[in-house]
Amino acid sequence: MNQPIGIAPALRPEDAQERHTLSVLVDNEPGVLARVIGLFSGRGYNIDSLTVSETEHERGLSRITIVTTGTPMVIDQIKNQLARLVPVHRVADLTADKRDAIERELALVKVRGRGEERLEALRLAQAFEARTIDATLESFVFEVTGGTADIERFVKLMASVGLVEVSRTGIAAITRGGETT
Amino acid sequence: MSAGTGLDERNQGRMSGAQMILEALKDHGVDTIFGYPGGAVLPIYDEIFQQDFVRHILVRHEQGAGHMAEGYARSTGRCGVMLVTSGPGATNAVTALTDAMMDSIPLVCITGQVPTHLIGNDAFQECDTVGITRPCTKHNWLVRRVEDLPRILHEAFYVATTGRPGPVVVDVPKDVQIAMGVYDPPRGTRHKTYQPRIEPEMAGIRQAVALMKAASRPILYTGGGLINAGPAASHLLRELADLTGFPVTSTLMGLGALPASHPQWLGMLGMHGTYEANLAMHGCDLMVCIGARFDDRITGRVDAFSPGSRKIHIDIDPSSINKNVKVDLPIIGDAARAMEDIVRVWSENGPHERSRLKPWWDDIAKWRAKDSLGYKRRPGTIMPQEAIEELYHHTKDRDVYVTTDVGQHQMWAAQFFGFEQPNRWMTSGGLGTMGYGMPAAIGAQIAHPDSLVVCIAGDASIQMNIQELSTAVQYELPVKIFILNNQYMGMVRQWQQLNHGNRHSHSYSEALPDFVKLAEAYGVKGMQVTDPARLSDAILEMIEHKGPVLMDCRVANLTNCFPMIPSGKAHNEILLAAEDDVEAEAVEHALDDAGAALV
Repeated sequence: MNQPIGIAPALRPEDAQERHTLSVLVDNEPGVLARVIGLFSGRGYNIDSLTVSETEHERGLSRITIVTTGTPMVIDQIKNQLARLVPVHRVADLTADKRDAIERELALVKVRGRGEERLEALRLAQAFEARTIDATLESFVFEVTGGTADIERFVKLMASVGLVEVSRTGIAAITRGGETT
Repeated sequence: MSAGTGLDERNQGRMSGAQMILEALKDHGVDTIFGYPGGAVLPIYDEIFQQDFVRHILVRHEQGAGHMAEGYARSTGRCGVMLVTSGPGATNAVTALTDAMMDSIPLVCITGQVPTHLIGNDAFQECDTVGITRPCTKHNWLVRRVEDLPRILHEAFYVATTGRPGPVVVDVPKDVQIAMGVYDPPRGTRHKTYQPRIEPEMAGIRQAVALMKAASRPILYTGGGLINAGPAASHLLRELADLTGFPVTSTLMGLGALPASHPQWLGMLGMHGTYEANLAMHGCDLMVCIGARFDDRITGRVDAFSPGSRKIHIDIDPSSINKNVKVDLPIIGDAARAMEDIVRVWSENGPHERSRLKPWWDDIAKWRAKDSLGYKRRPGTIMPQEAIEELYHHTKDRDVYVTTDVGQHQMWAAQFFGFEQPNRWMTSGGLGTMGYGMPAAIGAQIAHPDSLVVCIAGDASIQMNIQELSTAVQYELPVKIFILNNQYMGMVRQWQQLNHGNRHSHSYSEALPDFVKLAEAYGVKGMQVTDPARLSDAILEMIEHKGPVLMDCRVANLTNCFPMIPSGKAHNEILLAAEDDVEAEAVEHALDDAGAALV
C-alpha cells in the first residue's frame, strides 16, 4: 500500500532531554562523514555540534565528536545506530556514567569599532584570555578557547562592542586521566 | 569496448576488473545473478558472455532484478546478486534495495558507473549511486582503483550475509572494469571494524530461563530474524515450544518458523493478526521476542502495548533493542545460538511445572473460540478468503513456495495459508512494496525449478511489475500468478472507509486490463474464474499447467480485512468482522483523529 510514513508518537514523554558528547572513531574513508550525518538526519536525531578531523594518519583513523540531545532511550539508539555503521570502530559516550570529560572549542571573533568601544572590546578580550590575532585601525580578530558556555558568554559580550562575525570549531572532547576511549 | 585479456597476462594472474567480478562471484558460490545491461556495465556483460558458471537472468526492469534476487535469497538462505548499469539502472534498483534493507535480505548489487574521470561531471547516465543508496543499504562502496576491487567484493559478500543481513552496493566505474590488476581470492572473514556479535552472553540466557520457568502467562513472539538464522533456528524453535509448552505467535516475516499445524501456534499477530495472538500478547506476563523488532504493525499503541509483561528481546542487532519498546532483558546474538543455549539451560535447570500454564491456555482457548478469521460465504461470489483457503487446500501437500504483493490479498494470504516450513513465504513486510510478488516468485522459481511457486497478487499491485511476465516466459518458469481481483486497491479503500468517510479517492481500479488477453499477449496461459463452484477446478487447472499461468480470480469487491487493530489502538481494541461489514458503524468510526494521522 503506497502510503506516507507517519511519525511514531513520543515514546516516553516523561523522559527528560539529556545532552551527550559522543566520540566516534572511524575509518577515514570517503563518505564516512556523510554516513554519520545521514544517520542523524534520516532518523531525526539532533546535532548540536559536530567536529571531525583525521587523528591518526598512519592508521587512517578520524575522530568525530558529536554533541547531541535526546531522551536516554534516544541517546542509546544513537550510539547503537552509530556502532552499526560499517566504518565505525568505536563509539564512546563521554557524558555517560558521570565520566569527567574535557570539552573545548575555539572561536574566531571579529569586532569592528572605534574609540571607547574598541578599547572595551580589547579589555574584555584580555579578561577572557583571548588572543588578538589580527588588528587594523578599526577592527580586531580575537581567538578564544574554552568550554561552550565560556565561548557563548564571550560572544554575547562582544555583541555590544561591535561584533560583526564569528567562526567556531565545534567541540573537541577527551576524557581525563590515563584511560582511552 | 573489449575487456579481452592476453593469454600471457592471464597466466601471470592479472585480469581486468570485469573478470575479477566474475571470479569473485564464482568464489562466493554465486551461480545465478539477475540483471540488465547498459553502457556502464558492458565490460562485465562481455565477461558474462564468455563464461558459463554464472547464469545471468535478464529482467525487464531493474526493480524486478532486485525483487528476484530477494526471492532467490529468501527461498534459499543464500545471498541474492543483481547487476545493473549506472544512472537509471541504479535508481531503478533503489526500491528493491530499500525493501531488502527493511526485511534484512542479503543482497549484493553491483552497479556500473561512468569512468572515474567523468564522475561529478553530470556525464550521460551518471548519478551519485553511493550517495543515493547510502541510507538504503547496509553499506556501499565506490571502487576508485582496480587494486581495491577484489577486497571490496569480498567485503561486500561478508557484510551482506553476516550479522543482520542486508543489501550492499558496489559501484564500479567503467575504467575500473577495464583496468588490469591482480585478483586475490577471499581469505578469512574478519573485518577490522565490522564484527557482528553472534554468541549471546550466558548470564542473559540464565536470567531468561529463570524468567521463563517462573512465568504463568508466557508467549514466544518470533520474527524474520529467526528465518534469517537458518533452518536450524526454526528447528530449535519447535524444540523450545515443545519443551516449554509456551504459545507461539509470529510477525508476517516470521511465518513458517513454527509449523502452522503445531498445536501451540496462535497464528500471526499484529494489525491483521488473530484475536488469540493479539490478546495473548496483551495479557501475557512474559514475552520472549526472538528475531523481531516491535514494529508499529505489531505493537499498535506503544504505551498500551502488553502493559503487564516482562520482556526478553533476543536480536542480533543491538540497535533493535529498546528502539520502540523498552525491554527488561536484552540478549544480543544469533537467534539459533540463543535458543540452543536456552534449551540446554532449561533442561539442566530442574523440572518445569507445565500445569502452571493451564489457566493461560484456557484463556487462549476462549479467544480462539471467537474464530476471528471467520467469514461468511456469499452465493455466486468468490470471497477473497475463500480463494486463499481453496488455493491452500490444493497446494499444501505439494512442494510450494508462496510470494505476495502488498495489500489486503497479502494479509489474507498470511492469515489463511498455513506454512509448515521456513523460507517458503516471501512477502514485502517492512517497506510494503507493491509489485514485489511476481519478480520474487520468479527468483524463487529459478532457485527451485521443480517446485510449485505461487504469487498471490492484487489487481493493482500486479500491474506494478507486470513486465516481468516476459522474463518468466523467456526462462520457461512455470510461476502461477493468482490475482485476487476486487477492482480496488483494497487496503487503501478499506482505510478510506475507516478514516476518510468512505470516499474512495483514486482507489478504484479504473480501466483494468483484460488479464487473460494480457497474459496471452506475453505468451502466458491466462485464466479467469468468477464462480465459486468453478474455483476448485480452476485452481487445479492452474497448478497442473506446465508453464506460467496468470489467473484472474474475481472476488467480492468491498470485503474488509479483519481482524484489524486500527492505527493508534491497543491490542485489546482489535476489531473483528462485523455482520455486514460494509455498513458497520464500528468500522466507520473505528478511528479518532489522532489515529487517522498514523499509517
